[in-house]
Amino acid sequence: MFRYEKDTDNIITITMDMEGRSANVINQDFGKLWSETMDRLEIEKKDIVGVVLTSAKSTFFAGADIDDLYTQTDAALIFEMCEGLKKQLRRLETLGRPVVAALNGAALGGGLEIALACHYRIALDNPKAQFGLPEVGLGLLPGGGGIVRLTRMIGLQPALPLLTEGKRLKVKEALSNGLINEIAETSEEMLAKAKSWIKANPKAINPWDDKAFKFPGGDARNPKVASMIPIVPAMTKKKTYGNYPAVEAIINTAVEGSVVDFETACRIESRYFTSLAAGQVSKNMITAFWYNLNAINAGGSRPKGFEKYITKKVGVLGAGMMGAGIAYVSAIAGIEVVLKDITKAAAEKGKSYSENLLKKRVSKGKMTKEKSEEILSKIVTTDAAEDMTGCDLIIEAVFEDRALKANVTREVEAIMDVNGTFASNTSTLPITGLAEASVRPKQFIGLHFFSPVDKMPLVEIICGTETDDATLAKAFDYVLQIKKTPIVVNDSRGFYTSRVFATYVLEGIAMLGEGQHPRAIESAGLKAGMPVGPLALTDEVSLSLMAHIRKQTEEDLHAEGKNIPSHPAYEVSEKLLALGRNGKAAGAGFYEYPKDETKFLWPDLIKLFPIIEQYPQQEMIDRMLFVQALDTVRCLEEGVLHNVADANIGSIFGWGFSPFNGGTLQFINGYGLEQFIERAHQLEAKYGDRFSVPKLLQDKAEKGEIFK
Amino acid sequence: MSEAYIYDCVRTPRGKGKKNGALYEVTPVDMLAQLLRSLERRNQLDTKFVEDVIIGCVTPVGDQGGNIAKTAVLFADWATSVPGFQLNRFCASGLEAVNLAAMKVRSGWQDLIVAGGVESMSRVPMGYDGGAWVLDMRVNSHTDFIPQGISADLIATLENFSREDCDRYALRSQQLAAKAKIEGRFNKSIVPVTDLNGLTILAEDEFNRPDTTLEGLASLGASFHMMGEMGFDAVALQKYTSLEKIQHVHTPGNSSGIVDGASLVLIGSKEIGERLGLKPRAIIRSVAVTAADPTIMLTGPGPASKLALQKAGMDIKDIDLVEMNEAFASAVLRLQRDLNLPDEKLNVNGGAIALGHPLGATGAMILGTLVDELERSNKSTGLATLCVGGGMGVATIVERV
Repeated sequence: MFRYEKDTDNIITITMDMEGRSANVINQDFGKLWSETMDRLEIEKKDIVGVVLTSAKSTFFAGADIDDLYTQTDAALIFEMCEGLKKQLRRLETLGRPVVAALNGAALGGGLEIALACHYRIALDNPKAQFGLPEVGLGLLPGGGGIVRLTRMIGLQPALPLLTEGKRLKVKEALSNGLINEIAETSEEMLAKAKSWIKANPKAINPWDDKAFKFPGGDARNPKVASMIPIVPAMTKKKTYGNYPAVEAIINTAVEGSVVDFETACRIESRYFTSLAAGQVSKNMITAFWYNLNAINAGGSRPKGFEKYITKKVGVLGAGMMGAGIAYVSAIAGIEVVLKDITKAAAEKGKSYSENLLKKRVSKGKMTKEKSEEILSKIVTTDAAEDMTGCDLIIEAVFEDRALKANVTREVEAIMDVNGTFASNTSTLPITGLAEASVRPKQFIGLHFFSPVDKMPLVEIICGTETDDATLAKAFDYVLQIKKTPIVVNDSRGFYTSRVFATYVLEGIAMLGEGQHPRAIESAGLKAGMPVGPLALTDEVSLSLMAHIRKQTEEDLHAEGKNIPSHPAYEVSEKLLALGRNGKAAGAGFYEYPKDETKFLWPDLIKLFPIIEQYPQQEMIDRMLFVQALDTVRCLEEGVLHNVADANIGSIFGWGFSPFNGGTLQFINGYGLEQFIERAHQLEAKYGDRFSVPKLLQDKAEKGEIFK
Repeated sequence: MSEAYIYDCVRTPRGKGKKNGALYEVTPVDMLAQLLRSLERRNQLDTKFVEDVIIGCVTPVGDQGGNIAKTAVLFADWATSVPGFQLNRFCASGLEAVNLAAMKVRSGWQDLIVAGGVESMSRVPMGYDGGAWVLDMRVNSHTDFIPQGISADLIATLENFSREDCDRYALRSQQLAAKAKIEGRFNKSIVPVTDLNGLTILAEDEFNRPDTTLEGLASLGASFHMMGEMGFDAVALQKYTSLEKIQHVHTPGNSSGIVDGASLVLIGSKEIGERLGLKPRAIIRSVAVTAADPTIMLTGPGPASKLALQKAGMDIKDIDLVEMNEAFASAVLRLQRDLNLPDEKLNVNGGAIALGHPLGATGAMILGTLVDELERSNKSTGLATLCVGGGMGVATIVERV
């Protein structure tokens, strides 16, 4: 409900308090409540001096309800919805009485758009509150007049970064960026300030409703602005490869809208909004970043029936790059850390990694010195296993070597808490095999961190055959505790992320062997939405490490009486390795790494692999995306993956799989299962088995289902 | 079918296209009107026989707006029966006007046409007319717009033309232009620009620098490096996927100069020439216009020239002289490669790098230069061509009579 209260000064306070929800959102209920309120304001207008709009929730307003929008594909209906909302906000804006938004908490997306339609915005000094128009993150734009009003309020140049990057601002930043006008210390002060502003500004109108309105900083026809316009699409494409229509739509709306009147600009905004909301990219991004991510954070892959576990003390074995990172993210989450390496000095070196990161945060003003010292003091370094006593979680992050991992497992299990969890941070070694060294294999689990640990948002949790649910639940809770996103997979070679990621780089390497230009291969990878081209990525990982893993796999499979499946990429890698071109660390790989200069593709590559007729870029893009999507389906089929959310988020957060496609399985949904299968068959005929269609996919297509 | 004959070519000298240029004080319509009057005088032309005046102009707004062709006809006191219109084929507008005039005459529906172009770049700066291709974000993005300088650098990178190759070409342009000026090779066409009292304002091209050296050229900074880095290179590279980066080799020294100027060509049928006692100088053998990839943009002269040769039933070996507008060094070097042209046939009196490129006027100007040089050197066939925005190319083949 919306509370409607009139005070003795004839100022109306409307307090939004939608029933059965923790936050106010724009949905059908809202539409009804709002229009009823507007009706009443319009009827009682002559007895009203002004209006204060606020909220009874902990936030001011959360934005639009995604569910309503997600299912909508009809452009006419979306356009009508969008125009309808704008019309309602316009009623408040043009009531003819001053309207103040009293922002008791966060106002994001549609919530901020409501506030922008008011004449003045006062926010409570709430350090948790965020303000911004983050729609771009879901492939959308603010369709409630947000672009039109913000650009007219603060100017094109200041508004565009906020809109295209979807920045969320804290209250003080919101003030300095001009999103809000004033800050109040308490609710009472906020309301008092709102009312006194109303009394002081009885004729308030928004600037764009003033005949003398001048666009701040100039509109798109202003020569200064116009001189910059020609390069803006190129600057955008440099970053997006044309894959993110929302970024372009936001810029277009802002620029096109700046040279027409307010109402027309709003209509232009609605048309671009409609094209995005009805389009596939927003559906993909909403699937991944809203539904899938919410499902994961709500514990979709966590076994039920176990109480939430809070890890108190974590032991980290190995203070190298990974161990040091794990220590850092744990300490910053308030967990006591014991960081062990062979020598105390090595452990200290690992701790200094945290020290440096914390120093940076302090120097950037993002953390107080006291806080950073407190965090650092949580990390105790040692070279003695005995110091691990009392740890409820021990994570080994030693070199990827079975014997070494077995040794440290035995060593610390002897002294660790019998109820504790032992986790192995490995990216490739099967957990079940590692657990053989454990005396408590039920409490043995894999935690696959990504490098650099402090930046990468994902942790892949791997259950061995013996791992029990209680252990999984604890591990899951720990990952959330350190503010990472957990996905849960079953044991398999390379688990999910390393296995499918490898298909991408191998596909790129194979193309080189087929006579495709190396630069064209890299370009196709980037256009496919991958963060780095396959050849550059191989250099980063190093060809020798990849060969090492392959050899290990070969031996393991040989022991099982199997052969490693052949891949055309192997021959290419062998040729480079034979020339000592092992990758970036070796100073030479697919690329040359001159000192103090940008790397460049080794010119002799095209002599080693002579160029033949070039495939269209789309052919390469399809191969790179399909090979990953198909192997993901196999992971689901084989039970390596449990659900679609883990697959999509794991791919995006783990190795940067094409976010605009919404992850490996959503890519198939977006492509259309039948069309995908047809294309996969074409690719299989040309390039081999790795493009064969798994039965699970075939079945789903036949049943008319999608991956959800 | 009637053939199209060239009876006369005139042009203004090229003035620096800035406030310190001699022609800055002269309006573009005045430049055109002076040329119209000189055509009238030189040919003792009864202007009522002229059936149309076609003027190419790339930035047809402001001083050049509102159909400058008809305005100039009126201002020059030509017969009131003479119509006029302006067209825009970007940098080839002047040659397009000539080609269209030739088509009109060859169709037999009109007999005597004046075609040419005008551009006062000092008064109406390049890009002043805006346009959706550049300024409409949706169009700009959809069409992968990049500026011509980036395209020129893209050609150089793809063709492996080094900075030195481009500078050497620029030096050649300067040296040949200087020699041509000293020898008076441009005098036949140039009509000095005068003020309203008849006092001379500019009598010869003023942009070229005869003292240019390779060292001087080498010291200039690349013009398009920064805007390339900001994003335009990325757009080009996303399309030209065999390249890792764009080599920025073009500078103010090896790109065409910004100048003011106008040019006209008198074109008519054999019969009208005989009737009015005009002396035919050349016949227009064929014309062509083509379009290809707009991102590399400046490779149009190759296909346009080939199409014109095909239409004329000729081979490139049959052509004695080629005039290609020197928009950018790499664009000319690319044409030379495309047509396998020996140096001694190509731009023998220099070109726009030395003398300047008054956008809309250049096409008809280089055609005049070509006809003059064929006569001077007693050669027979010539080809004029220009690279054009949007990936277009325009070409014209003439033969002396």
